[in-house]
Amino acid sequence: MALQAIAFYLLAAVTIAAGFAVVSARNPVHSVLFLIAAFFSAAGLFVLMGAEFLAMLLVVVYVGAVAVLFLFVVMMLDVDFAALRQGFARYMPLGGLVAGGLAIEMVVVSTTVATQGAARLNDQPMARGAAAAANVTNAEAIGRVLYTNYIYFFQAAGMVLLVAMIGAIVLTLRHKPHVRRQVIADQVARTPGAGLRMVSLKPGRGVGE
Amino acid sequence: MSIGLAHYLAVAAILFTIGVFGIFVNRKNVIVILMSIELILLAVNINLVAFSVYLGNVVGQVFAMFVLTVAAAEAAVGLAILVTFFRNRGDIAVDDASMMKG
Repeated sequence: MALQAIAFYLLAAVTIAAGFAVVSARNPVHSVLFLIAAFFSAAGLFVLMGAEFLAMLLVVVYVGAVAVLFLFVVMMLDVDFAALRQGFARYMPLGGLVAGGLAIEMVVVSTTVATQGAARLNDQPMARGAAAAANVTNAEAIGRVLYTNYIYFFQAAGMVLLVAMIGAIVLTLRHKPHVRRQVIADQVARTPGAGLRMVSLKPGRGVGE
Repeated sequence: MSIGLAHYLAVAAILFTIGVFGIFVNRKNVIVILMSIELILLAVNINLVAFSVYLGNVVGQVFAMFVLTVAAAEAAVGLAILVTFFRNRGDIAVDDASMMKG
């Protein structure tokens, strides 16, 4: 139990420190790298809670795809990031005020919920979840629910990703001028009459004459 | 002192707050704003998973998966818009992006 507490505090501290570094780093490349650190340690927190599948998903999807996408965009855009930091100090008091108020509210509410709310009625706090109860792995427990009760939501999530992919491609696609491209409509509309021309030639003379 | 639900909720709350703070202080840099939104969604996911484990109901983790999906889609489309915006303007300062104001 002590080991679990040590692991929790270590991972939580790294998550929060990395999260703060994301928003306060001068260089956006460093921000992205701290974002990766935050995702990694959050995945560690998920493992600690017993949600292994989601932890692996976090590493694969966020670290492997989203953070690398951010890294590509940050490195691809030739922007003067120092100029974008103007106003950091100006907005700091307002941001700190709002964030501090929000933090106090949420910590109070969540600790109240956890210690005195309806969640207290649960008699086995932080048990290893339904997975341990049913003697199946975490991934299997998720799959059993996801592919039965939530199959339409799963399909809809796939549709969301498809639309996002098409949208991203359409937004960033650029046709270079002076490059001959295949025009499929012209090819489909082509008939034998339009594609073939009979020319009667005299001997010794070309078509163009 | 054993680690319970309140600890995870506190971590999520602090992470969410950092995300909101990041949106406030980096008003010009839209890349960091997008990263702050990712942090906020991560905090939401921590909340969902913590309650899912605490209540012994795996549906919370399924929902966290959908949040993850939407976050990935949002990041992809947001960054694509950002790249297009940069191509048109040569800059990514969003506080004076008022082309569509008319």
